[in-house]
Amino acid sequence: MLRVENLNVHYGGIHALRGITLDVEEGKIISLIGANGAGKSTTLRTIMGLEKPSKGKIIYNGKEITGKQTKEIVKSNLVLVPEGRRVFTNLSVIENLILGSYIRNDAKEIQKDLDWVFELFPILKSRQEQKAGTMSGGEQQMLAVGRALMTKPKLLMMDEPSLGLAPLIVKNIIEIIKKINQEGVTILLIEQNAKASLEISDYAYVLETGEVFMEGKGMDLLNNEEVKKAYLGT
Amino acid sequence: MDLELFLQQLANAISLGSLYALLAIGYTMVYGILRLINFAHGDIFMFGTYMAFYMMTSFMLPWGAAFIIAIILTIAFGVLVEKAAYKPLRNSPRMSIMISAIGASFLIENLAIVVFGGRPKSLPVPDLFNRIIHIGNVSVVSITFITPIITMVALAILMFIVNKTKTGMAMRAVSKDYEAARLMGIDVNFIITFTFAIGSALAAIGGIMWGLKYPSLLPLMGVMPGLKCFIAAVIGGIGDIRGAVIGGFILGLIEIMLIAVFPELTGYRDAFAFVLLIVILLVKPTGIMGKNIAEKV
Ligand SMILES: Nc1ncnc2c1ncn2[C@@H]1O[C@H](COP(=O)(O)OP(=O)(O)OP(=O)(O)O)[C@@H](O)[C@H]1O
Ligand SMILES: [Mg+2]
Repeated sequence: MLRVENLNVHYGGIHALRGITLDVEEGKIISLIGANGAGKSTTLRTIMGLEKPSKGKIIYNGKEITGKQTKEIVKSNLVLVPEGRRVFTNLSVIENLILGSYIRNDAKEIQKDLDWVFELFPILKSRQEQKAGTMSGGEQQMLAVGRALMTKPKLLMMDEPSLGLAPLIVKNIIEIIKKINQEGVTILLIEQNAKASLEISDYAYVLETGEVFMEGKGMDLLNNEEVKKAYLGT
Repeated sequence: MDLELFLQQLANAISLGSLYALLAIGYTMVYGILRLINFAHGDIFMFGTYMAFYMMTSFMLPWGAAFIIAIILTIAFGVLVEKAAYKPLRNSPRMSIMISAIGASFLIENLAIVVFGGRPKSLPVPDLFNRIIHIGNVSVVSITFITPIITMVALAILMFIVNKTKTGMAMRAVSKDYEAARLMGIDVNFIITFTFAIGSALAAIGGIMWGLKYPSLLPLMGVMPGLKCFIAAVIGGIGDIRGAVIGGFILGLIEIMLIAVFPELTGYRDAFAFVLLIVILLVKPTGIMGKNIAEKV
């Protein structure tokens, strides 16, 4: 569904991605794990057209999308929940969700998706008129995911959805990711909580200083000695 | 001051306040979305008035058509200023864009002197706007009443667009976070253009009504109202549309009432706005509607 080939990204003199290659198969949950600064966010941002690669290719559903405008990429049903939530704090919850459907014209389907988001996150339904900026961190994260779902993604990318959330809520978010996946949405996930993400992943990539250091099935990586030592703290 | 004179001056104050409000909204909206003070905004206002003049005199159009075409041309002009002076600098430091804004303003003013001529032009005022209306012993020119009505209609439309439409939501979203807006598929450049279009339309409406009240047009006629309305926007809390309206009315009211009460201060008329600016910056730098509350991020 998505293939990234030999992706290179420079920030000025910093060579942040040094030839990343990865594959996302339709219907699966794929994780990216790795230390701080490994290039995980940069990878997803570049896929979305927010950063321009200096080399490499991004192919989505058989079409090359390298260097395309973000708007076009979102229209092809690929979306990113950015690091740090980034909800529109000056807008109400419902307005945030409506903006998720900005590019769509299918009013009926939009309403269905809205109902689905409310079913996944009942708190959003009861807080529709609240300003997003006054929601708690966890609620804002749910809103960020809900807003992304309103674009009707086929591939949903999430950059550290559990960042800064209490353990119980992290579990909740992981459950919801599984639920979204069961509805047919492919997931590409960055998680600090390597254990939790590997447990639900079909396949995972370990990034280190801008390169793919290791890859494999989620369960295999969970049991890999090197991964255990470096990322699972055991 | 007797009651009649007071009522007359109150009508004038509301009328002037509405004009200020219309122009202040343009400053505040552009600032909200680009964090830029569009120094050329007063010149866009001037452009609108001249367009109305040429449509009525050179093209001999009836005033209704003349005004509508003038508004459309001014929208195009405002958008052109954005594309030429601001868009190429989208990722440049704030200071470069500000200097570009000042440059654009000087360029337009000097071009206007060359193209429109430095001598005052006089806008033909249709009868409807020039009638003297007597209410009791108070007599007021009809434009004084028409201005606030038109302003209210324009404000209602603006509020509807900003609060109720998807494009309006996108405008507010872009003013908060470009990148997150992009991730929703919002075309940020289109939203910026749209914002300039709205600001320019309001400036044209304000300019035309200004011309109907003070029919002598000059290439530099936008400078002082522009400065004052920028101040009105700051007083109200720059970036906040309601604030710009409130600031505009406060400024109009104080300006007219001070001269009415102290006629000997008439010569300092334009200075009040600046005094008020200094006071506001000292007392509440974020303006009347300005928020000091930190938001959770
Ligand atoms: N806008 C930028 N300008 C300059 N350097 C950047 C920029 N964004 C990221 N970098 C650098 O690129 C490298 C990769 O950053 P990236 O944000 O992709 O890492 P990450 O894997 O997401 O880390 P984390 O787990 O901390 O979020 C880092 O060395 C970072 O300092
Ligand atoms: Mg990151």
